[in-house]
Amino acid sequence: MTNWERFVDSFFNARVAAEYFPKIVEGFWLTIVLAACIIVTGLAAGLGLAVIRAFGLRVVNLLIIFVVDLFRALPPLVIIALLYFGLPAAGLSMDGFVCAWIALAAVLMAFSEEIFWAGITAVPKGQWEAARSTGLGFLQTLGYVVLPQALRMTIPPLTNRTIAITKGTALASVVAVPDILGAANAGVSFSFNPTPLTMGAAAYLVLFLPVVIFGRWVETRFAWKR
Amino acid sequence: MAIVEATGIHKHFGALHVLKGVDLVVQEKELVFVIGPSGSGKSTLLRCLNRLEEPSGGAIIVDGVDMLSPRTDINKARQRIGMVFQSFNLYPHMTALGNVTLALRKVLGLPKAEAEKRGQAALDRVHLADRAGHFPGQLSGGQQQRVAIARAIALEPRVMLFDEPTSALDPELVGGVLEAMRELRQDGMTMVVVSHEMAFARAAADRVVFMADGAIVEQGTPDEVFGNPQHERTKAFIGQIGRH
Ligand SMILES: Nc1ncnc2c1ncn2[C@@H]1O[C@H](COP(=O)(O)OP(=O)(O)OP(=O)(O)O)[C@@H](O)[C@H]1O
Ligand SMILES: [Mg+2]
Repeated sequence: MTNWERFVDSFFNARVAAEYFPKIVEGFWLTIVLAACIIVTGLAAGLGLAVIRAFGLRVVNLLIIFVVDLFRALPPLVIIALLYFGLPAAGLSMDGFVCAWIALAAVLMAFSEEIFWAGITAVPKGQWEAARSTGLGFLQTLGYVVLPQALRMTIPPLTNRTIAITKGTALASVVAVPDILGAANAGVSFSFNPTPLTMGAAAYLVLFLPVVIFGRWVETRFAWKR
Repeated sequence: MAIVEATGIHKHFGALHVLKGVDLVVQEKELVFVIGPSGSGKSTLLRCLNRLEEPSGGAIIVDGVDMLSPRTDINKARQRIGMVFQSFNLYPHMTALGNVTLALRKVLGLPKAEAEKRGQAALDRVHLADRAGHFPGQLSGGQQQRVAIARAIALEPRVMLFDEPTSALDPELVGGVLEAMRELRQDGMTMVVVSHEMAFARAAADRVVFMADGAIVEQGTPDEVFGNPQHERTKAFIGQIGRH
């Protein structure tokens, strides 16, 4: 066996590929579901926190800033491990999927809150004053006047951050979630051949390359408009 | 009948004492013109009247409503007080008509069709009926300011506050805005105008109020204040702007 043949046999083994393809596909869908859960809850929570922060209540805002900085500082894997391996000691055990979801949603919440907040503060004060002077309330002004402008500014950084954190779904494999990487790892240990990892990488490309390209498009589309 | 009755208005920004007991009464259909050096508190006074700025002391009654009472619904009270800003402050993500109808729909709760009818009428009053579908970015500064005026008058306020409405405009665009204000006045609108447009003041104002250092120094008809100022500070100020 030449080196080349050994290489091909290791990473592009057709028999192994055929055997583990269904598992990888299952992992592919699981990754999509996990990513969707993280994105929806993480962004909603981040926006919610930014809106609460806009009320300008000192104690509440300090608390928000603390939580946000906490989840921006902690490596996501550490949060996942704490939830999955730490909580059972406190008598509360959660499924690996739920742990990964909560952990990554919290991280996305933290980063997106900062981005949403930056967007809200970037809207000129005159917009608030004009709206309030016509009798619109605080929440109405926020909802109809400020947020639509703020969100437009936040779309490019938000897209990039969301992509980065969503890729962290691969960390779920560490806590026994059969996502793409989990399925690929399992395939490797059963077949003693790394071909499932090749397929895993391909699956990630299929999933994220369009998203990255979309992010690039969003960036050029929204960058200099205002 | 007095539409605005402000008595003993004080305003502090931290250690800075910006308004030092200002009394201002504006009668129905009166146009009061406020002048004074930069930093004298003209904008702050105007912004206190609709409570964009919280006065530190004093009393403000607008159209019979105690603006400073905790029982007053400030959002309701503000519907009766239109405000136009130096920097227009149009909502950039909405069309001219959208700008004008937002409060009609969300504050007055008018149905869309009725709000648009009223909004269109307001745009018509500032001669911008044909620009209803334009976004602020597609309008000249003068047109934007007229949309801002339409946005305020659409709510049929009892008094209009103007804070240097033409200061941000190129000279050739000032005329259209002043014309809109003049027509508003002819329709009987009560107005308080902070501005440097002295020719407009002479032509349209009932009363000129000169402010300096957070207090009203002198007031009277335009002829009195411009033609025969009594106080040194007024003389100096009139002399200064006269030279422009
Ligand atoms: N939000 C604020 N915080 C602190 N100081 C303020 C604030 N707003 C105004 N001031 C101060 O209050 C004083 C009066 O300001 P104001 O804007 O009312 O003056 P003005 O007469 O409108 O001046 P101009 O002709 O330049 O517009 C100034 O010294 C200004 O620096
Ligand atoms: Mg001012």
